[in-house]
Amino acid sequence: MNVAELTKLVSGKLLNQAADLMREVKGGCGADLMSDVLASIQPEAVLLTGLCNPQVIRTSQMADVAAVVIVRGKTPPQETIDLANKEKLALISSPYGMFELCGRLHRAGLPSLERSVSDGPSELE
Amino acid sequence: MDQAPPRKEVIINDQVAETITRAEELAYELKISEVMTSKIRVLSTTSKMREVMELFRTARISGAPVVDGGVLVGIISMEDLIRSLYASDLDAPTSRYMSRRPLTVKDTDPVIEALKVFVNSQVGRLPVLNIEGTLVGILTKGDITRGLLRALQRDYQEEEVRRYRASHLFEDIISGRTSLILRYNIKPRDFTHGGEASSNIKRALLRLGASPQIARRCGIAVYEAEINLIIHTTNGGVIRVEIEPHRITIDTYDDGPGIKDVELAMKPGYSTASEEVRELGFGAGMGLTNMARCVDNIILESTLGKGTHLKMKIFLEKEDRFHDGTVGNKEDTSNEPGTSNHAVKTESSD
Repeated sequence: MNVAELTKLVSGKLLNQAADLMREVKGGCGADLMSDVLASIQPEAVLLTGLCNPQVIRTSQMADVAAVVIVRGKTPPQETIDLANKEKLALISSPYGMFELCGRLHRAGLPSLERSVSDGPSELE
Repeated sequence: MDQAPPRKEVIINDQVAETITRAEELAYELKISEVMTSKIRVLSTTSKMREVMELFRTARISGAPVVDGGVLVGIISMEDLIRSLYASDLDAPTSRYMSRRPLTVKDTDPVIEALKVFVNSQVGRLPVLNIEGTLVGILTKGDITRGLLRALQRDYQEEEVRRYRASHLFEDIISGRTSLILRYNIKPRDFTHGGEASSNIKRALLRLGASPQIARRCGIAVYEAEINLIIHTTNGGVIRVEIEPHRITIDTYDDGPGIKDVELAMKPGYSTASEEVRELGFGAGMGLTNMARCVDNIILESTLGKGTHLKMKIFLEKEDRFHDGTVGNKEDTSNEPGTSNHAVKTESSD
């Protein structure tokens, strides 16, 4: 699915204008620990998170995240939105909680792009 | 045919509005003169409708302005031609069928002005006048679409050109050993700018022609190191990245406080980060583990009270190497790609 379809699916609100809504989202990952994101996420995933600080965008950029969904209808600070705009990364706020969102996306056919520690070496190694 | 269909496309919901915003921005930046067709075919008031038909057919157009003594007096469209055909009146002059006093736009106006006219009227084309009122061009929705696409393409090409120039850096410069060194100063506790250096490094690598995998590995490793400098150091630190055709060397230095037990620090999940830092989503104790996963070689040297020096290397496989103009033998062939070496050097001299 693409970012526009994702936004609709999570009843979300796109917070930044400079985002490519046609970008393909290949799977999902939910985490609040940024190191976990960096350790586990595969490229081109949507990141579901409760964190709102600009580091979410930086982390996403490093990890080739396709879109960020902020859970529970939180509104991130302006710095976060500005950075998302600068990096042209879709930042979406959804009214649903993390569990609900993971369920919805998984049901819609979005696979998990999270690796477990026991999955062994990733493409990085 | 050139008349807009009933206003279906005018219903714009939020979703659609969001998707057109980027193009809309350009609609404000671009001038009408930049997108209009300036090679125009004009008709005179005495031209016959038969000539209109010939012009439309040969030039493959569906409308043309009508001028009288150099002044725009009307516009004739396919629909007007059809009306004359229907009435078998092809010998009539254009003045009988043309629309008089057509809507016009100014060449210096932004494209958005023309879009507004198109949305609020049924016209298919707009004559463009300059400040003196002279006809200088004609504008259709197709011209606008093509103009916007060209502008988007230009944006894209600028980045491509930058990338192209950078990617040839190593090829164009001939030396015994060419390397590019990037240095960044990192301030302690500056979470707002945290990740900026990594972001710039990743972008630089991509411009230099690194593969997305290499840029990602390097980006993640440097990012974790950058965050560590922000969280833990007393006075901040320095990130130094040396890019060579066959490898990337990342060094970070700081002057304290130093790591008490390097071995323990390398353990997944071990962290000394404060609750405050953890609330920001960091300090899970996975930083060094993540770095080790991303690089081919990692050495952490630390002296309590003095500081920490982290050294990481990524070796580039043949297909990932930057095209270079290096002459002679390459040094340091002992560490060939693939010979993964996750060493921890401890100097806990406390």
